[in-house]
Amino acid sequence: MNNKVISVHNLVKKFGSFTANDNLNFEVYEGEIFGFLGANGAGKTTAIRILSGLSKPTSGEVKVAGFDVYRQPEQIKRNIGYMCQKFSLYEDLTVKENITLYGGIYGMSKSVINERTDDLLEKLHFGEYKNRIISDLPLGLRQKLAFSVAVLHNPRIVFLDEPTGGVDPITRRQFWEMIYETAGRKITVFVTTHYMDEAEYCDRVSIMSDGRIVALDTPAALKKQYDVESVEDVFIKIARPIPHATLKNNPPAPLKGG
Amino acid sequence: MVIEASGICKNFGETQALNDISFSVEESEIFGFVGPDGAGKTTLFRVITTLLLPDKGEMKVLGMECISNFKEIRKNIGYMPGRFSLYQDLSVEENLQFYATVFGTTVSKNYDLISDIYSHVEPFRKRVAGKLSGGMKQKLALSCALIHKPRLLVLDEPTTGVDTVSRSEFWEMLARLRHHNITIIVSTPYMDEAMKCDRVALIQDGRILSIDKPQQIREGFSRKLFEVKAAEKYRLINALRKYHNILSAYPFGDSVHVTFKNNIYDESLHEHLVSEGVKNAEVRETKAGIEDRFLELMEK
Repeated sequence: MNNKVISVHNLVKKFGSFTANDNLNFEVYEGEIFGFLGANGAGKTTAIRILSGLSKPTSGEVKVAGFDVYRQPEQIKRNIGYMCQKFSLYEDLTVKENITLYGGIYGMSKSVINERTDDLLEKLHFGEYKNRIISDLPLGLRQKLAFSVAVLHNPRIVFLDEPTGGVDPITRRQFWEMIYETAGRKITVFVTTHYMDEAEYCDRVSIMSDGRIVALDTPAALKKQYDVESVEDVFIKIARPIPHATLKNNPPAPLKGG
Repeated sequence: MVIEASGICKNFGETQALNDISFSVEESEIFGFVGPDGAGKTTLFRVITTLLLPDKGEMKVLGMECISNFKEIRKNIGYMPGRFSLYQDLSVEENLQFYATVFGTTVSKNYDLISDIYSHVEPFRKRVAGKLSGGMKQKLALSCALIHKPRLLVLDEPTTGVDTVSRSEFWEMLARLRHHNITIIVSTPYMDEAMKCDRVALIQDGRILSIDKPQQIREGFSRKLFEVKAAEKYRLINALRKYHNILSAYPFGDSVHVTFKNNIYDESLHEHLVSEGVKNAEVRETKAGIEDRFLELMEK
């Protein structure tokens, strides 16, 4: 799996005087499950927007699926998929309508859409739900469908944002098996999450802090390096900021007139 | 007893949100409800906080019956609902002041109780709550829920959407609140957080699957558990499932957790894996975690 699908060299993104991405360097390979971790405000969202062709770097070289982010953002968008836990499917459309809509957005022909719809419904054992609207579906099924729709057009990379948050342990495992199966088809899976136990399922993870990548390796190697039991403990060792100056025993001033 | 619930049922139309829920919570305990979205955690918390009437069953909070004494109960509980409970267009300190006033107290009166938590947000006291980060909002919401020194604190998924560092700080804060004789019930969809509670109830489809100390729940796993590792995980899982003596095989982080039908390690598994093209698989016995036990209980 040595084909690079994402390559990032000296990526810098500034907003005014604020540096959101401070000289990022990393590569992600074909068929890899890559975990992209970091605290709130570490710069993950900024980087993902760049990787998906929605925003341009201030400087640096970034290639996604073989395309340049400065010159070919539209090609990038066509070759990636995206799923987030909160919103991916249209709740008042049926299962079939959602699949058709996404297929259409990605420019797939009617016959291909129909063929993939049948495959997908069969694979998910979804036949009976075909004409049901999304809001009637249990959460676990919705999430599986959302993921299947995100890879419907066979993208080179699929971006997943907290893919298994909130689902029961069995559904969660079925979902990871879908991810493994997808990675086995050489689709790269790029996972962002706050939940470090999701990170344990990834082939490699990077940890961002204050706009920089401060660690990047397999979960096993990171745990060994930091001599801890879990990726969560690695993360806390790396990302825990210096505690705030204590303001204890110093009650706030009352509001004016209050 | 701070909470005594017996036989609580609640339906919404056809949906049984709560199905014969019984449990009790003792003074100064951190009691967790752990289960996926849709398990009934929020509905249960709304019954405990007197915001929702159960269809059946009895709920006593702080020794008082929920229906007849709802006003008295409300004065003595702090509730942090799952969705952000603060006024987005009020500043940090205005929010805190507001909650104190509603409960007939002042910020300075109970400041010692919240200082540990509020000190993290205080540098931003003039900022409107809507412009705080997730972790800061959570700390402010907790300060607001505590400012009247409640006897019972009810936290509905306080750590959802909050990053790892803030989550771990949050649990440390809860542990320290115990010294103020505050009882805490907290819900979470995240199994790893169960280990931070004194006792937990595993909840799924409106039913409690198990109530115990987290350590005891783990030890309740009834079979020998093995972890299997190999480079190609998907191939490994499929190969394991094909093997006649495998009872269960679930991915768990970088390995697959496996139980055998005859409950002992089956030496010929290796041969089978090799014949399925899985190279260099490593197998070792491992200890069940709380999620293993949850899976086992769900299968029953």
